Amino acid sequence: MFEDAPATLLIMIVVGAAASYMWRAFGVVLSGRFDPDGPAIRWVGCVAYGILAALIARMVLLPVGSLASTPTAMRLVCVAVALAVFYLTRRNLLLGVVAGGGSLTLLSFLY
Amino acid sequence: MSPHEPSSPASEPKTYARACPSRRAAYVAGLRDAVGSPALVLGASFIGFGSLIREFGLGLDVAFFSMLATWALPAQVATLEMFAVGAPLFSVFIAVALINFRFLPMTVSLLPILRQPGKPVWPLYIVAQFIAVSTWVLAMLRAPEMPPDQRLPYFCGATTAMLTAGFVGTTAGYVAAGAVAPQITHGLVFMNPCFFLLVLLVDLRQRARVAALLIGAAAGPALHALTPTWGLLIAGLGAGTIAFFGDRWWEKRRV
Repeated sequence: MFEDAPATLLIMIVVGAAASYMWRAFGVVLSGRFDPDGPAIRWVGCVAYGILAALIARMVLLPVGSLASTPTAMRLVCVAVALAVFYLTRRNLLLGVVAGGGSLTLLSFLY
Repeated sequence: MSPHEPSSPASEPKTYARACPSRRAAYVAGLRDAVGSPALVLGASFIGFGSLIREFGLGLDVAFFSMLATWALPAQVATLEMFAVGAPLFSVFIAVALINFRFLPMTVSLLPILRQPGKPVWPLYIVAQFIAVSTWVLAMLRAPEMPPDQRLPYFCGATTAMLTAGFVGTTAGYVAAGAVAPQITHGLVFMNPCFFLLVLLVDLRQRARVAALLIGAAAGPALHALTPTWGLLIAGLGAGTIAFFGDRWWEKRRV
């Protein structure tokens, strides 16, 4: 196992797993003893949204890997398709995601 | 419980709307509730993850390792993407810790429901690893209607369905990405950003979070162009902090 995997990535996965598990373990320790709606928690919630939004925008506008060979305008159109289907189907996550990926495949074949 | 309902006195024997005949039946009930829409959405989103792993020239072993170790798709993809742009280890730790901070309030709110008085706590430290948004929502909704000893089996049943869907989706995405036309691989990999965007929009009610989303989306690519290694972290911390304090300032000004 892991013969071809870069060591840096494996270490990053372990570090990321630790960064995730520490919150779950703290949650078990603290359960029932703190206010989950305090200002500090709301700040971290905003930061989490900010990080994910920055990541999504970067993945769409400046993708790493083979997606970089598709035109930026095409990727933006496909995000719009995903959003439109999501809201038109009363926030159906599955249909929205499939529409986003499917439209990029379709447009890649056409152009 | 609705606010109009009087709370029952503790002495009265409790009846549970969703009591199962046995703990085994509770496990099956969890499986059943998760199979269908929740497992389908999760499986589909992991297809994108499997394709991304193939895209980066990695093996299925890395995909499964990442899944079991992290069990949180946004953090798994963020780790991969940060590796791909050469981000430092420390920034991976901070970014994942901030993305997954939600597990703290989620675990804190779910554990009192799953915990059985008088039973050892250590199994909960294992269960906690598998708390994810999908199973959390199910358990918060259904488990309180079951007798306390059946809640943990119920949660484990739902988690079994989700893990299976995750493994099947990842494998399918990995195999497909190597076997189909590059146009189809583009679509599969592109499901990742679409999924995250829509997941964020499902639960978007607080004004501060809307602001964080917009500022983060604008700052993300710009700061990535300036510094690929630290861009994500700076953009997210900046966007979240500006949104949080901006929202408070706006709230105060109105009063």
